[in-house]
Amino acid sequence: MQEDLFPASDAPQPADDSRRTFMKQAGGIFGFALAAPLAGQAERLTAYSKTTTGVTTLTLRINGQPRTVQAEPRVTLLDALRERLDLTGTKKGCDHGQCGACTVLVDGQRVNSCLTLAITTQGKEITTIEGLAQGEALHPMQEAFLKHDGFQCGYCTPGQIMSGVACVKEGHATTDDQAREWMSGNLCRCGAYANILAAVREVATQQAKG
Amino acid sequence: MNDFSYTAAATAKEATGLLKDQPTATYLAGGTTLLDLMKANLLAPPHLVDVNPLPLTAIEQTPDGLRIGAMARMSAVGEHPLVVQGYPAVSKSLLLAASPQLRNMASIGGNLLQRTRCGYFRDAAFPCNKRVPGSGCPALEGDNHNLAVLGVSESCIATAYPGDLAVALAALDAVLTLENAKGKQRRVPITEFYLLPGRTPHKENVLEPGELIVAVTIPQAAHAQRSTYLKVRERSSYAYALASAAVGLDVQGGTIRTARVALGGVGAQPWRSREAEKVLTGQPATEATFRAAAAAALREAQPRKENAYKVDLVQNTLVRALQEVAG
Repeated sequence: MQEDLFPASDAPQPADDSRRTFMKQAGGIFGFALAAPLAGQAERLTAYSKTTTGVTTLTLRINGQPRTVQAEPRVTLLDALRERLDLTGTKKGCDHGQCGACTVLVDGQRVNSCLTLAITTQGKEITTIEGLAQGEALHPMQEAFLKHDGFQCGYCTPGQIMSGVACVKEGHATTDDQAREWMSGNLCRCGAYANILAAVREVATQQAKG
Repeated sequence: MNDFSYTAAATAKEATGLLKDQPTATYLAGGTTLLDLMKANLLAPPHLVDVNPLPLTAIEQTPDGLRIGAMARMSAVGEHPLVVQGYPAVSKSLLLAASPQLRNMASIGGNLLQRTRCGYFRDAAFPCNKRVPGSGCPALEGDNHNLAVLGVSESCIATAYPGDLAVALAALDAVLTLENAKGKQRRVPITEFYLLPGRTPHKENVLEPGELIVAVTIPQAAHAQRSTYLKVRERSSYAYALASAAVGLDVQGGTIRTARVALGGVGAQPWRSREAEKVLTGQPATEATFRAAAAAALREAQPRKENAYKVDLVQNTLVRALQEVAG
């Protein structure tokens, strides 16, 4: 309802600005509408940030591009990517944070997009499997998965590759054992683990050599 | 998942104020437990108050010990040099938990409030005293292989906290700072934070409605520096503990001066064992002492048909952890 009262302005604004604007407007309206005994509550309400109810326009920065999506607060980042933005490279496996097929990077950190609400990722940099290649040139991790045949059915592969990219960048792929442990959030039911490990380790070794 | 409205809170005062005005609202931190349970239709809050923007991520030395903001992420805390050096049990408990992705998401405060993995709690088709008070507990005679043997009741035998961090924090005398809507803070030792099931297994901790965990403080100690966390699972990684032990020892000249012991995966709540600590204190750091301590820790165990194996498993886990820190 507050969305209707305070429609977003056309030009994107820093979060702090819109919050201040809201506080001014809310102060006026609530101050006018509420009787004296509720004044205490009105004061608290005026200090609140914006509440979102129902479908709103979210602006997400995905693979370097701003994208808008109409979504309720309950829409996960995974569903926003797949169902609203046609970015179907990110896969839905368990949808409960147990399999890692939905792994993407948010501000450079790997997360399960199935347990991340899209609305919470506004203002952050989201990287999906579609954002790794530079034109026709594959990312080294994609090349390594091809070279080492790091998949069978391929369903877990986008999540494995995103996790692998982060794993190497974090410095958690310096030995086979370490890479196994730090890739454990990505399940492969075909059992291509040996080749996935080889791919991740190769990229880690290449990058260590610089 | 149910529909809900959403507010991103900017400050703790705003977050607690929002919950005061909307008592059916729920805080959203990392979301790794909350969204999972909402997708399973076990929780359906009409409003979420996002506490992720709160400036509560600092990890800093204070006169009371290491203070960790409740919104710091498991990954950041687990690898923080002050945690790795001063509190190895805490670091290990974090890095052996969940997956790298989940650790990047989950907050310290949220971790302490994760819910049980008991299959009957997680399946709304079954009765469960924790989910629907008074409805019954099929776990007593049912599939209880991953449930608790210590602190249980006839109402509930779940390991209400299935995770790792709180076990390490219980061993090392951590204190939680809680804040309410009046802006008033209180400090609660983690060993007094969780409640045993008794006849009210739906009440799991002492948080008042709307109260927010804002920080965890772990006192400095020789036994904290010489501590470890050992976790035994059904597979080598990315699984909940069947049994775990957080231990800290201060050993001088072969004699144990102070000892800290807490067990995970076996208690209705993170299980601090002062019985084991009594047996260890003042004694030689030998396997015989460790075995006696382990036996003392499990003296009150109430195993069931499928979880009786845990009585031996957790004793062996504890002995191995003590041997590791005794060196």
